[in-house]
Amino acid sequence: MDSDEGDREPLSRRAEWSDVIPLPQDDGPNPVVSIAYKEDFRETMDYFRAIYQADERSPRALCLTREAILANPGNYTVWHFRRLVLQALNADLYKELDFLQQIANSNAKNYQLWHHRRWVIERLGADARAKELELNKEILSRDTKNYHAWSHRQWVLQALGGWEDELDYCHCLLEQDVFNNSTWNQRYFVITRSPFLGGLKAMRESEVRYTVKAILAQPNNESPWRYLRGLYKDDIEALVDDPQVSSVCLKVMNTKSNYIFALIMLLDLLCNGFQPSQEFRDAVDALWTSDTHPLDSDLAKAICYILEHVDSLRAGYWMWRKSKLPQAA
Amino acid sequence: MGELAVGKHVKYILSVEKRKDSFVSVVMDHIRMNGAYWGLTTLDLLGKLNTVDEDEVISWIMECQHESGGFAGNIGHDPHILYTLSAVQVLALFNKLDILDVDQIATYVSGLQNEDGSFSGDMWGEVDTRFSYIAICCLSILRRLDEINVEKAVNYIVSCKNLDGGFGCTPGGESHAGQIFCCVAALAITGSLHHVDKDRLGWWLCERQIKSGGLNGRPEKLPDVCYSWWVLSSLIMIDRVRWIDKEQLVKFILDCQDVENGGISDRPEDAVDVFHTYFGVAGLSLLEYPGLKAIDPAYAVPVDV
Repeated sequence: MDSDEGDREPLSRRAEWSDVIPLPQDDGPNPVVSIAYKEDFRETMDYFRAIYQADERSPRALCLTREAILANPGNYTVWHFRRLVLQALNADLYKELDFLQQIANSNAKNYQLWHHRRWVIERLGADARAKELELNKEILSRDTKNYHAWSHRQWVLQALGGWEDELDYCHCLLEQDVFNNSTWNQRYFVITRSPFLGGLKAMRESEVRYTVKAILAQPNNESPWRYLRGLYKDDIEALVDDPQVSSVCLKVMNTKSNYIFALIMLLDLLCNGFQPSQEFRDAVDALWTSDTHPLDSDLAKAICYILEHVDSLRAGYWMWRKSKLPQAA
Repeated sequence: MGELAVGKHVKYILSVEKRKDSFVSVVMDHIRMNGAYWGLTTLDLLGKLNTVDEDEVISWIMECQHESGGFAGNIGHDPHILYTLSAVQVLALFNKLDILDVDQIATYVSGLQNEDGSFSGDMWGEVDTRFSYIAICCLSILRRLDEINVEKAVNYIVSCKNLDGGFGCTPGGESHAGQIFCCVAALAITGSLHHVDKDRLGWWLCERQIKSGGLNGRPEKLPDVCYSWWVLSSLIMIDRVRWIDKEQLVKFILDCQDVENGGISDRPEDAVDVFHTYFGVAGLSLLEYPGLKAIDPAYAVPVDV
């Protein structure tokens, strides 16, 4: 928790606070959900309430909000007031970033902290960009799926730039954990929006190669399969025609393990006009070892049937998919 | 399969106010309005809303309202759209919406809409599709949707749609079940569900179910009882709930109960809290677990409200 706690001097004993009358929490006469406080925290909040009511935007108010935030970073009213005080004092916002980084260590999923951070960066502008992207990486290094951190990162890139190294950063993170969906999302964000890359179509071929590699390394990974599909956004025909796509399905099926997503992609290709060679039929047949229930002669139907059984939590979905297939002539 | 320990959960919720567990309580102070919504809606779903003192609750709620019309998380705090919705929902539970100055609230909420159709949480400007949902849900309950620019609001939400069919907090943001719930519910309330690719999103949502039967919020993450609400209600709103294994999910939620002391946690064996107790019970209601009132998937209050 709060590292200052051990040597905290009660506010009632600090000379610089002697003129203030602390205001206790007003829970009303019959609190619906009454709350037991730790004594230190109670005292801090009593003094905060006094300062807040008096609208005192002074250096000591700034210190007090710091204490209140360290004790309970979820209290959004304290954050609001701190912003008012920072503005009134025209405070050094770079110091504020250091304060925020300290809190981020133990409160990386706190909405107020991230919003406040954005408010600070907005005021500092492009000068703060490089450092902010670095600090953001530090936070992500501790939790690479932190939704707030990623959202903030996207905002910084769009508001202040810094796109040049972002694709490399995504690659770094994927090397550490190829399963990270947030990273794949960021990769998509970069290739579609970075002013330094050519846009989706221009990046498509190299990205398909990249993604296929990732899939072959870990075929049981939802994200790159979706990413692959996303590379062909509104161009399903090109997806069907790309031999890299159909061939990765074949390769994975032939390993006879972790083939669920490969089957799903092949099903999508078939539903969009893909003409499978005998290799594909053989590969699918090899995945089904039951003699009592032979597979349908229609490949798409056969795949749905297999998926009903190997992905049984979603049997309802696979039965629906099968029902939507065009009936054989 | 276990059973829902109704009596224990009611006792747990009512006892939260007497709890001396100071750290947990401390963190709850400023979001007491949300806590009230979670606790009271759960009690209502369990048919036990009458165990609380309605007048006390309502007078406390009204003390949380500011001049602007917005409600704060507790007395002495600043107003925010989050608590404004919770306040309105709780009053709706007690069928006391008529005590509100609807004009005042509508002005507060509509004032938070931005040029691009998005909504801010409060005067400080944080933008998130959560707030789009909150604004739309709140104004719809008060029958004042016409106070905002619905078309722009819908366009903003659609701009947050991703290729996997899901939605993020802002354009380009990763698809996340919580954000998806907010966007789908907002679109449902405004009659704009045709913007959703139901098949694609439905598949993404049903992929959230993992072996234990529980649901996660994004690929490769751990299951959490709260997703029983966000994923499930989304599936129901787009009419694709048959795509998950309901029985397995019921089992997962029941396993998250603390049958000794009451309450539900995020996953089995973890500590309980009011937030997850609400989502677990709400999820079971959506799954038509016997003995529970039905809950509306978009408004997140019992259907009879």
